[in-house]
Amino acid sequence: MAVIRDVMAAFELYQPSSVADAQKLLEEHGSDAWVLAGGLDSFDWLKDRIKKPKAVVDLSGIEELRGVRTTGDGIEIGAMTTLTEVVNHPVVKQKYGLLTQAAELVASPQIRNQGTIGGNVSQDTRCWYYRGGWPCYRAGGNICYADTPEGRNREHAILHAERCVAVNPSDTAPALIALDAKFVLRTRKGERVVDAEDYFIGPDIDITRLHILEPGDLLTSIRIPSTWAGAQFYFEKIRDRNVWDFPLMNVASAMVTSGDSIERIRIAVNGAAARPLRLKAVEDAVRGKPRSAATGEMAGKLAVQGSVPLQFNAYKIPLMRNLVKRAIGGVEEAIWAS
Amino acid sequence: MGIVEWAIDPWGQSVPIHIAWFLIWVSVIAGLLFLIVHAIYVMYFAKEKQFAGDASPAIIAKIPKRVPRHSLVARLFHWIMAASMFTLLFTAFLPKVGVQFNWVTYHWIAGAVLTVSILFHIVHASFWLDFWSIWPDLTDLEDAQRRVRRFFGISAPPPRKFAKYPLENKLFHGVIILCGLSVILTGVFMMSRVRTIFFPRNPYLFSDMTWGLMYVLHGLAGVGLIALVMMHVYMGLRPEKRAITKSMIFGWMDRDFVLKEHDPERWAVETGSSSTPK
Repeated sequence: MAVIRDVMAAFELYQPSSVADAQKLLEEHGSDAWVLAGGLDSFDWLKDRIKKPKAVVDLSGIEELRGVRTTGDGIEIGAMTTLTEVVNHPVVKQKYGLLTQAAELVASPQIRNQGTIGGNVSQDTRCWYYRGGWPCYRAGGNICYADTPEGRNREHAILHAERCVAVNPSDTAPALIALDAKFVLRTRKGERVVDAEDYFIGPDIDITRLHILEPGDLLTSIRIPSTWAGAQFYFEKIRDRNVWDFPLMNVASAMVTSGDSIERIRIAVNGAAARPLRLKAVEDAVRGKPRSAATGEMAGKLAVQGSVPLQFNAYKIPLMRNLVKRAIGGVEEAIWAS
Repeated sequence: MGIVEWAIDPWGQSVPIHIAWFLIWVSVIAGLLFLIVHAIYVMYFAKEKQFAGDASPAIIAKIPKRVPRHSLVARLFHWIMAASMFTLLFTAFLPKVGVQFNWVTYHWIAGAVLTVSILFHIVHASFWLDFWSIWPDLTDLEDAQRRVRRFFGISAPPPRKFAKYPLENKLFHGVIILCGLSVILTGVFMMSRVRTIFFPRNPYLFSDMTWGLMYVLHGLAGVGLIALVMMHVYMGLRPEKRAITKSMIFGWMDRDFVLKEHDPERWAVETGSSSTPK
């Protein structure tokens, strides 16, 4: 399995200046096309010569895909808006601080300057067996090398694994789910708007991709409604290296309280499964309950129900339980009774 | 464009991983072609069936109005197997043609049902049914030769009437056994690669090459079953085969149909008090 990190395999480079042109190119080339946003995930694949697309459609010249716009009901973020622009945008900071927190914890400043929000939510998994070019399920083969007794699966899934145990590595995805964001897609059939949580799919639905984009489709923007503007937010990311790293797991919550009790809440975790998980059962269970350590503890236990650890990632179960507890009860309250 | 897809495993060995999925369409088209060609043949070219003489009047007199053909247990087996087979085919191939859903769990459950029903069928057919009635015998082969010769206008005596099953049924059963056992045997091992209630996962049970060949055999037999099932359903719906299909629902055949196409001397018909000779 030669890994060549010098020269990419040859491809035709297209640099459209409008969404319409980009979509036309993507439809024309179908599954032979590769969408290039910030390039941070793409160039790994291309330089390693694991993915060898015939055509690369570079979106960097499409102005309409850039920037944060305020709308009648919230904001709309162009898919090619860099993570730094998202972090520094005053409205995002003021009203949707959860996204600011999440985007600020993505990788390093240099990467955030280049990486886009569309790329961050659409990036591929970091499973090294898959990225190493081995013929695993996700690569179209018939085995998961990580889900074996000897497999190195410390970073892999504890929930909803179905043959493949890879996890989604996005930091902004759970924040966008918690903010009830909508993803705007351009497809062959026209514009399609989906809930953030429905943008992501697990291996039970399609083992070869992490999101619903078909060949020819394009994520153009992300709309965040004002429903959760100014709510109480919590984002925490656990990673091996605090300088910069992908998440072992992260949690994002948006909460509205009334007095001591939780009136409304949305909570999501990532790094536990192949898609970021909205914890609906937890939301239902804590609604109307006091925001306390006891509620958080109950929520944490509920969140990890059904989890199945692999050989080396059992630590993720208490990690997820504690993250959910902290997201609901608060950090200072998060001391386990048992 | 090969019929098998290959990959390089972590040890640098070129291994098969599965069949090429275009074979799904090859099988569907083959099934459809069979349907069309057969329908045209029956409509425009087929001659009325001619058989050698009837059985003796004494034996004919013993044939009841409704001739028992399939016991309730045999019919239940058939329909359970049919349901699991359809589930297996749809869950296996719909995701490959773009219909995405959580198919693996339904697939292995249907596979387990099929496996158990086939095991039951083997035991049931071996000890409670006339085991050899579904296997071609010398008379079938001689009669097949006679029918072919007569079709091409070469002189030959008329074929004898069928035993319990026409030769076509027996041959179809034989092909189904080959494909069915291939998918079942490989499928049982493949269950060790997914999370089921039966085995602890062990993807390293075999070498990558053996696994690859197993996936290829599973795939080839699976796509073969698409065409076979299409043919079977088509035959079951044909008007001239309706008596056979009805017997798989109600368990019996009309006496007239039996006497027209079947030889009571070759098919031990249950008459209540005794059976006609085989």
